[in-house]
Amino acid sequence: MSQEKKSAPPEAGKEFDRRAFFAKLGLGSLSIAAAGTAAFAYQFLSPNVLFEPSPIVNAGKPENYAADSVTLDVNSGIYLVHAQEGFFALSAVCTHLGCLTAWKPELGIIACPCHGSKFNRDGQKIEGPAPKPLPWLQTWVSDEGDLMVDRSITIRPMQFVRV
Amino acid sequence: MSLAKTITNYFEELRGTRVWRSVFRSGTGSSTLHRALAVQQNVFLHLFSTKVRTRMLSFSATWYLGTLTFGTFLILVSTGIPLMFYYHPSVPQAYADTKDLQFVVSSGSFLRNLHRWSAHAMVFLVFAHMFKVFYRGAYRPPREFNWVIGVILLLITLLLSYTGYLLPWDQLAFWAITVGSNIASAVPVLGNKVHFLMLGGNMVNANALLRFYVLHCMILPLVAMLFVAIHFWRIRKDGGLYAHQSEPRTVAAQSVAAAAKGVQ
Repeated sequence: MSQEKKSAPPEAGKEFDRRAFFAKLGLGSLSIAAAGTAAFAYQFLSPNVLFEPSPIVNAGKPENYAADSVTLDVNSGIYLVHAQEGFFALSAVCTHLGCLTAWKPELGIIACPCHGSKFNRDGQKIEGPAPKPLPWLQTWVSDEGDLMVDRSITIRPMQFVRV
Repeated sequence: MSLAKTITNYFEELRGTRVWRSVFRSGTGSSTLHRALAVQQNVFLHLFSTKVRTRMLSFSATWYLGTLTFGTFLILVSTGIPLMFYYHPSVPQAYADTKDLQFVVSSGSFLRNLHRWSAHAMVFLVFAHMFKVFYRGAYRPPREFNWVIGVILLLITLLLSYTGYLLPWDQLAFWAITVGSNIASAVPVLGNKVHFLMLGGNMVNANALLRFYVLHCMILPLVAMLFVAIHFWRIRKDGGLYAHQSEPRTVAAQSVAAAAKGVQ
């Protein structure tokens, strides 16, 4: 040990290098710890399990919907429309800022109470701040003969379900 | 000896006792030094200047808008904490608890209404304070950083207002937060993530209520207090409260100085 010390005497610059090395090591570990904390916080704050209602809604028997009618289900936020061409489901959630729209039978339009967007029965925008039409939702008839709607899947408009 | 004199004497005696002096080190006497020390050695007061020019304290200089804003903040803290004793931030209970506070709890409606009106007043006063500072030019160097702190405090005030809005858990609260959180999801790229993190889910639900409660009662008030402390301390560091050049006394003093210069 003493031999080693003698063979490599401390130089003026060496002490500083060691210091700089430890400073960099410290800063580096702190940065890694900070990044880890950020990732940890993000993961912690994102819930892995959600106790939210299922996106799939059973809308009941098609016979319950009179011909040429628009029915709003407030709880699931969908319109079930029985048109001449067949059934379809429309999201009742306004594409502007997420308010629940309402069907106005006397005017034959869908209107949003929050900021005045208006849509026709097919979800097409008539006026208002809404940037997009109301989306059509995946609709099918279950084996039991019930109308089913998946709120998480939007489809192209004018795809009617015939019963 | 008059009664007032006796009380003063007792107070002076009290200030001289060992216990008192262990708390307030400035001791007896009311010299300028003692009064300066009383400010400087107090944990709450040491943020402020030990000496202030009277023209800085004149009503016209600030309209006391900053102080009034802080006053509403103190009212909000002191009414908000009692409200917490009766409020459960859970979906089945939140609305019922709010109604209980309004109609069942003794003085509940007083505390809740005071909390609500003070919140409105605080938002108004923060804006009034900002406009006053802006139109007086008090944001200019060396006070430009304190303006930035003020903007942060404005945002915290608005966030406190917004998070408190959800807590009654009525229709107004639900749809206001639905709309507000959908505005957040309009942020480019990160929007949906921000929306999800803010609500703790995809919709305004139990998680959102709890998150807004924790933000409203813990995180935002603590952050606000931190920035308020910095804001006050910066007033001293930036040369005291801003008094306009046209304050009467300043004008007189300057004209005298200018006249003296002119003579020389």
